[in-house]
Amino acid sequence: MNFYIMHRTGLALLLFSLFFSIQASANLTIEITKGTESAVPVAIVPFSFHGPSSRPPVDLSEIIKSDLSRSGYFKVLDERKMLSKPTQAANVRFRNWQALGQDYLVIGQVKDDRGRFKISFQLFDVYKGEQLMGYQMTVMAHQLRRSAHHISDIIYEKLTGIKGVFNSKIAYITSYKQGNGQHVYKLQVADADGYNPKTIISSREPIMSPAWSPDGKKIAYVSFEKKSSAIFIQTLANGKRTRISDFPGINGAPAWSPDGRKLAITLSKDGSPDIFVLNLATRSLLKITKSYAIDTEPSWAPDGRNIVFTSDRGGKPQLYLVPSSGGRAKRLTFDGDYNAKGSFSRDGKRLTMVHANRGDYRIAVMDMSTRTIDVLTQGPLDESPSFAPNGSMILYSSKKGRRGTLAAVSTDGSMQQRLAVARGDVREPAWSP
Amino acid sequence: MKFFKILSVLFFVGLIAACGSTDKDGFNLFGGSEDDAKTSGYKDDAYLSGVQTQGTETQGYSTDGSYDQGFESGASKLGPEFSDPNNPLSHQTIYFMYDSSQVQDEFIPVIQAHAQYLVANPGQRIILEGHTDERGSREYNIALGEQRAKAVLRIMEMQGVSPSQVEIVSYGEEKPAALEQDEAAWQLNRRVEVVYQ
Repeated sequence: MNFYIMHRTGLALLLFSLFFSIQASANLTIEITKGTESAVPVAIVPFSFHGPSSRPPVDLSEIIKSDLSRSGYFKVLDERKMLSKPTQAANVRFRNWQALGQDYLVIGQVKDDRGRFKISFQLFDVYKGEQLMGYQMTVMAHQLRRSAHHISDIIYEKLTGIKGVFNSKIAYITSYKQGNGQHVYKLQVADADGYNPKTIISSREPIMSPAWSPDGKKIAYVSFEKKSSAIFIQTLANGKRTRISDFPGINGAPAWSPDGRKLAITLSKDGSPDIFVLNLATRSLLKITKSYAIDTEPSWAPDGRNIVFTSDRGGKPQLYLVPSSGGRAKRLTFDGDYNAKGSFSRDGKRLTMVHANRGDYRIAVMDMSTRTIDVLTQGPLDESPSFAPNGSMILYSSKKGRRGTLAAVSTDGSMQQRLAVARGDVREPAWSP
Repeated sequence: MKFFKILSVLFFVGLIAACGSTDKDGFNLFGGSEDDAKTSGYKDDAYLSGVQTQGTETQGYSTDGSYDQGFESGASKLGPEFSDPNNPLSHQTIYFMYDSSQVQDEFIPVIQAHAQYLVANPGQRIILEGHTDERGSREYNIALGEQRAKAVLRIMEMQGVSPSQVEIVSYGEEKPAALEQDEAAWQLNRRVEVVYQ
């Protein structure tokens, strides 16, 4: 697809402020703050609905519109500009859509057959005047939202060649002050569009550093609920959790090995903070860095052989790479006076980090083959970058005024969006596998 | 004295900041209630499962709000010297430079005064809480906060304080004293708090 290459060149600062709230019940809103000129125009006609009630419980076409807009790759046509609203292929007049400058067209139908929802949709290439694909699926009412994201994934992959991540989830930390002056810290998990946030744990004391297990079923995190740090692993399905580390001193920065069997953690039980690898089955602990400096924020390379971490052994915090079985650490970053919190993309080709010069903290990406760094964000207080599972975007936290907000940037820096919660501070986002 | 002047300015700014924020969650008030945290300190929601179990909300701790008294926190059960502004013991916060865990000269008399008190009262225990400003990554700041607390501890140990009297915890940037995003606020946040148990 030619636009796939085009969006990389179209780095112009087209600020279309497409502001839409998700649903009344959602806590997160998403605002696209920077888009590409070359976003591909696509028309999504409202799906028809047949059933005992007048409206479907979930508006599928509306969710698909939100998903595709939010990706930044697409410019979705305003419904009011449509000349017609076909829901069957036979009624599609390609010339109408060409006149509106649309490249692609999506139509669909939903039928409620006594609680079973039959969904069908078709994607057309407007200029060739042909169908690119058509799908049918039957789901229950509670699966409709998921199905909408699934359809977005299918369309996104067909048109970009990249796997969609609309059905993934994000974990993040929120905190706010209650009326009685007490702080409340929460670890929450929401759909990737911010919908349906759920509290995984809440506490009067800080919660930090959420990390998804590679299978997406568990989250490791740090909790200060006993006035000192401890690392927990919690299973999402049933809320059960295990305390896996509460040594004296720091218990921090949990990071799962790619096979899910080990956790790299930071412990200061021996003096200065060092990186350890904890075998979750045997509970054996292997110390892999031994410096007198700060060593922390481990993150595994996708092959499991190396771990990147932050260390100030050279005076300032920089990123280093060490074999996960221990050994000699090699310095990775030399640009900038502060590089921290490194983490790899799924394919291991890129490393994202917090990159700062003179106190201006931004999100950057290192190309692992050339070792060059691209700075993607504007700072000045950006942190906690986390790759989307398909590597297309990086989720991070930023400050807007006094409040922490979540933001996302495309890996090439061309698109940015902000996610905001209604109340308090939100930070430390982690994108699910 | 120069450092008292600085401290009184910082104290004043701290009071203003305290009006808009609470970072001191009264650790000393809850010191003995660790077991409560297990049952009431968190809630586990079932997630993505059919059954939604609403766990216990954290209502176990209630305070009357009197814990937020800046430098004088914990002074009530201690002697009058802790509330005498001319006594270094009344200062229970040690401030640091950016990305540094080196104790600045003007705070050494404060640390020494606390050390002497601890030596004279071997049954007394304290917590040294390390904190940082919001800049930089969070886990790195946890490590930096711990280094600050350890730097204070080293000076106390040189004065003869037993390590068993001192506990260290670092909160990094998680519990700021001031929420503004400027050097004045950051200065207040780069600190070690001496919390009497």
